[in-house]
Amino acid sequence: MAVEFEVNEREVWDGNYAASQALRQADVDVVVAYPITPSTPIVENYGSYVGNGYIDGEFIMVESEHAAMSGCIGASAAGGRVSTATSSQGFALMVEVLYQASGMRLPIVLNVVNRALAAPLNVRGDHADMYLGRDSGWLQASAFNAQEAYDLALCAFRIAENHSVRLPMMVHQDGFITSHTAQNVYPLSNEAAKKFVGVIDPVDDMLDFSRPVTYGAQTEEDWHFEHKAKQHKAIMDSVGVIEDVFAEFKELTGREYKRIETYDMEDADVCVIGLGSTVESARVAAKEMRKEGVKAGVVAIRVFRPFPYEEVREALKGCKSIAVTDRSSPGGAMGAFYNEVAAAMMTSKSRPLVTNYIYGLGGRDLSIENIKTIFKEQQANADAGYITTDIQQFTNLRGPKLGFFKTERN
Amino acid sequence: MTEIRWHSRAGQGAVSGAKGLGDVVATTGKEVQAFALYGSAKRGAALRAYNRIDDEQIFDHAKFMNPDYVLVIDPALAMTDDITMNDKETTKYIITTHLSKEELIEAIPALHDKKDRVYVVDCVQISLDTIKRSMPNSPMLGAFCKVSDMFELDYFLENMKRVLAKFPQKIIDANMEAISRAYNEVN
Repeated sequence: MAVEFEVNEREVWDGNYAASQALRQADVDVVVAYPITPSTPIVENYGSYVGNGYIDGEFIMVESEHAAMSGCIGASAAGGRVSTATSSQGFALMVEVLYQASGMRLPIVLNVVNRALAAPLNVRGDHADMYLGRDSGWLQASAFNAQEAYDLALCAFRIAENHSVRLPMMVHQDGFITSHTAQNVYPLSNEAAKKFVGVIDPVDDMLDFSRPVTYGAQTEEDWHFEHKAKQHKAIMDSVGVIEDVFAEFKELTGREYKRIETYDMEDADVCVIGLGSTVESARVAAKEMRKEGVKAGVVAIRVFRPFPYEEVREALKGCKSIAVTDRSSPGGAMGAFYNEVAAAMMTSKSRPLVTNYIYGLGGRDLSIENIKTIFKEQQANADAGYITTDIQQFTNLRGPKLGFFKTERN
Repeated sequence: MTEIRWHSRAGQGAVSGAKGLGDVVATTGKEVQAFALYGSAKRGAALRAYNRIDDEQIFDHAKFMNPDYVLVIDPALAMTDDITMNDKETTKYIITTHLSKEELIEAIPALHDKKDRVYVVDCVQISLDTIKRSMPNSPMLGAFCKVSDMFELDYFLENMKRVLAKFPQKIIDANMEAISRAYNEVN
């Protein structure tokens, strides 16, 4: 029987500690890990909770992230509640196995502390690793602060393990900015958290010897396509369960999560749409712009996969100029997030101006002033009725201004 | 919003100091943030840690700030780091040094026009006397407590005991003494 770990109603935790507490309270059976900065403390803390008898689980240290996710697959297929954490290069090494986990429909929860991908080597936060996982068949949620990293991790088990979902889920938080920033966190009591997450009811668990099953079978052109289509449909259809779990969580805590969050959007002419901690800084900038007479708002993607196309269209319908912010090197294209938003707006009646800002790579700071400049450019676009800048620009970059692609005009 | 910037070397405890301060401030019902600019920094490398304190939830995640307080816990960094960077006309400086306030200000041209906003305390010596090793973060908290007038010393000590609860009693006692001494000696 595990020893009770005391939590207070109000704690000062960083994002890593908050996520590790969620794993403890969710009674995770197995964590298979190969630690990497900046996500190390999540699995390190879980290991110490096991070692000190606070949780009746198993911590398995392996030789690489590839092995870590492979171990998670084994434990999850066996029927356990399974989680781990990673970042950056570790995530990249895990990618091959991420597709196995989602293809086998295993409800693993992966805490991703977002960090840049080398080269050049960099330990700080950007979304390169998050984007690398965007086609992997996992559900992806974005936390903007430590509280949310905790809340969403608890919700993730409920969503992933739901029998009509049966998909692995990532909870993303920004490296250092969230993972290493201590702030007020209001955790659930152990009892309330345990009750909310519940006990896993595995499907096709391999330890059920009375009913042998196969995982990872081969399908060629006869059935592979149908499997992948079914998987895609399951991701698209997970929306209802995600919304139900968020609603239940609100009932319990008063904290409301939506697949898309909107701030000051009721009458907004211009807006910034983003992911991660940037969203909160943008809220501060929008408030300041409003004092300067600009009707500025912020839209944030809480659930990145399945992507909330309809909600984006609805949230942005009254907006004249939109800045889509990508925290990942686009590698010869518009930002991936820009492409999602542009696709949503292309099919809308309003067809607003949509611009793309690349920012914050390798942890480069994004100040309130930087975001205000983005808002001001959107206002200039709205006033002119066309995009007055390059469609894609780099924000807070050293050296000469960098931008690409212009609007086609007569 | 109150914003604080710590100048320190890795290993001197600025990150723990910032987190400890955040922990105590949170008990007063305020919202806090504590973070640092480090990562692969090695022991001895210069680093900066930050606090934000407000009555409402803090949404600003930028590293950029115009600090209300600058806390320098390494004596040499007062001379070599840009401690007045992005400051305001009201920014207060608490600097650890073995020099007198006059000698210190004399040695740092950037402080010449801020004399009335500079406070000194020898956190290194205080920690050597009490904790028996150079750990200037705890004394700096005592000095900050006095200069900011944010809490009563007794309230602060009581809460720091809780923050330090995982340590042996001897270490907790030594830290309490260090905080109290710096509170009384900062000038």
